[in-house]
Amino acid sequence: MNIATGSVTEQEFSMTCPVPISQYPNVLLAHGSGGTLMHRLIEQLIIPSFGNPLLEERHDGVVFQLGDVKLAFTTDSYVVRPIFFPGGDIGHLAVNGTVNDLAMCGARPLFLSAGLILEEGLPMDTLRRVLASMQQAAQAANVQIVTGDTKVVDKGKGDGIFVNTAGIGIVEHSQTISPGSVRPGDAILLSGDIGRHGIAIMAVREGLAFESTIESDCAPLAEPALRLLAEGIRVRCMRDLTRGGLASALVEIAEAARLHVEIEEAAIPLREDVQGACEILGFDPLYVANEGRFVVFVDANDAERAQAILRQFPVSENASLIGRVSEGEAGLVTMKSKIGVSRIVDMLSGEQLPRIC
Amino acid sequence: MKYIDEYRDAAAAKEYAAILARVTTRPWTLMEICGGQTHAIMKYGVDELLPPGVTLLHGPGCPVCVTAVELIDKAIEIASRPDVIFCSFGDMMRVPGTKRDLLSVKASGGDVRMVYSPLDALKLAREFPDKQVVFFAVGFETTAPANAMAVFQADQQKIENFSVLVSHVLVPPAIEAILSSPTNRVQGFLAAGHVCTVMGYTEYEPLARKYHVPMVVTGFEPLDILQGILMCVQQLEEGRAEVENQYSRSVRREGNQPAQKLIREVFRVVPRKWRGIGQIDQSGLGLAERYARFDAEQRFGVADQTVEESSECISGLILQGEKKPFECPAFGTLCTPEHPLGATMVSSEGACAAYYRYRRVAAKEARI
Repeated sequence: MNIATGSVTEQEFSMTCPVPISQYPNVLLAHGSGGTLMHRLIEQLIIPSFGNPLLEERHDGVVFQLGDVKLAFTTDSYVVRPIFFPGGDIGHLAVNGTVNDLAMCGARPLFLSAGLILEEGLPMDTLRRVLASMQQAAQAANVQIVTGDTKVVDKGKGDGIFVNTAGIGIVEHSQTISPGSVRPGDAILLSGDIGRHGIAIMAVREGLAFESTIESDCAPLAEPALRLLAEGIRVRCMRDLTRGGLASALVEIAEAARLHVEIEEAAIPLREDVQGACEILGFDPLYVANEGRFVVFVDANDAERAQAILRQFPVSENASLIGRVSEGEAGLVTMKSKIGVSRIVDMLSGEQLPRIC
Repeated sequence: MKYIDEYRDAAAAKEYAAILARVTTRPWTLMEICGGQTHAIMKYGVDELLPPGVTLLHGPGCPVCVTAVELIDKAIEIASRPDVIFCSFGDMMRVPGTKRDLLSVKASGGDVRMVYSPLDALKLAREFPDKQVVFFAVGFETTAPANAMAVFQADQQKIENFSVLVSHVLVPPAIEAILSSPTNRVQGFLAAGHVCTVMGYTEYEPLARKYHVPMVVTGFEPLDILQGILMCVQQLEEGRAEVENQYSRSVRREGNQPAQKLIREVFRVVPRKWRGIGQIDQSGLGLAERYARFDAEQRFGVADQTVEESSECISGLILQGEKKPFECPAFGTLCTPEHPLGATMVSSEGACAAYYRYRRVAAKEARI
């Protein structure tokens, strides 16, 4: 058995009932859910396969020096179903997702690549709409799509269209933005309401009708993120909320920083329609996906100014201070519930599943 | 959000906690029956607002947790057949059978689908007349009416490629099993508000009298639960043992009569094996004679299979309130949501999952 990390013990191998993750004979959907199973896959299989110092920083993108220039580089694949959903589509998502990964490295996004995997039979009109949407999103985010690739697979071997984008950005400041820069006392800001993308997708995919249409929050985040840096805010770490939602992003940062993250439930913006949908489905909005929200850890003395800057942009006009970093217990996230009691916020093992009753 | 935020108000919660501390003169041990309540208690930290003498034990009211492992195995066997579309509520997908779970069946090519209502499964049966569509009918009295409706409609509309794998369980026999156990510690119950919305609470009155135990029909929000606990403790302090209704905004004494009528039409009361606990007489629902042709166990010839359960998991003791998750030597070490030994660690309503998710640090401290 070839296990790179020490987390799987001898003792567990002797168990008969549950097999450790590395022994799953097949990939499960949960391996891509942004939860614990996905993290184990990355830690135990993917990182050890390619191990190098840049990869081991475990950021959404990588920042590296090239001569006098500091660049950021990232990639992401998009397999969303349905292709078009309220508030966005796969093209929009593919551009913004990669733009946002670059922005979270503190980089100004410059160029993207576009890899298209098309399924035989995909209506040309659908492809045309997706490409138009990618171009529109690229213009809005001030990036150019400068290279690409197209493959077609047999009918039934794809799901209409999959898109991969990679992106390059330039880092124009001297701050080190990573979980390692987070310090006790830092303030945590959230750029807006949570859970809208996940519920919007869920509603269309599962045919759930709510009173009003819930639209995805899919949007580019580079502008507010870069403005914080330009205004001299001491930014420690930024992370856009994607699969796994706010909770997973915070747990990842707390674990990487070896610090305690404390948040307050009442301070987290949540739209009433999203809350209602979550109540019905038994979902915790902390784990529901977003595509246009981010958390930013800043020096406590800059918190108010950072909030004011974020609120100047429509995409982050509801930015709120949701918590603080403390010495406390390393790697732990806790949340003060609405009735005033603290509890752990953990990463989920896989996707949230709707409950029975 | 209206009808939600009022029941999560910090000031009101503190006030209830203060009243509860004032009226409590002795230690009392209560049990919330429903796993949904267990999770709300852990998620909002309701237990931390209780005076030291009041202990909450977590009951068997998690349908996923008590579904016998052999039924999960049967579900997996049926779902693996190429001619079957197997439909289940999301909760059941990750629960381990003897060897694997439904998600693994899906990963290896089985057509396993998550549905939100049994009627969605019926719709699939109409759309795919060449397939056998099977719905995993799990749950307490809460889900029984909708599941009954699916079978009733299948019969009316002659949708013969539809069937149900029934694993329904009933609350009152489980309460009686706990109360009649010689090791019982439970002095008062919080009955599940949604179960009583369907069934009313007349069934609980003879139990409260026979065992002299107060029972309070309770809702699911933090303030509901605090008020339910307070009403239960007040009864205990006053030496009363009645059935009271905290959740009056949803529950009537007689319950939902049309729903009950439908349950009686489609189902009959049968003995049922509970995971971790064992056989309890007259504690489940099976299909009535007239609807027996919709029984998936018969249709797919899996009715006679039985399996032994893993002995490492103490979920049975936890579900009966004899042990708390922290007291299990495997908790958080050998048994985690990624490597569950039993269903109580997987289900969104399972007590072990609630402790793991919201209280792991406390667990570490408790063990030190």
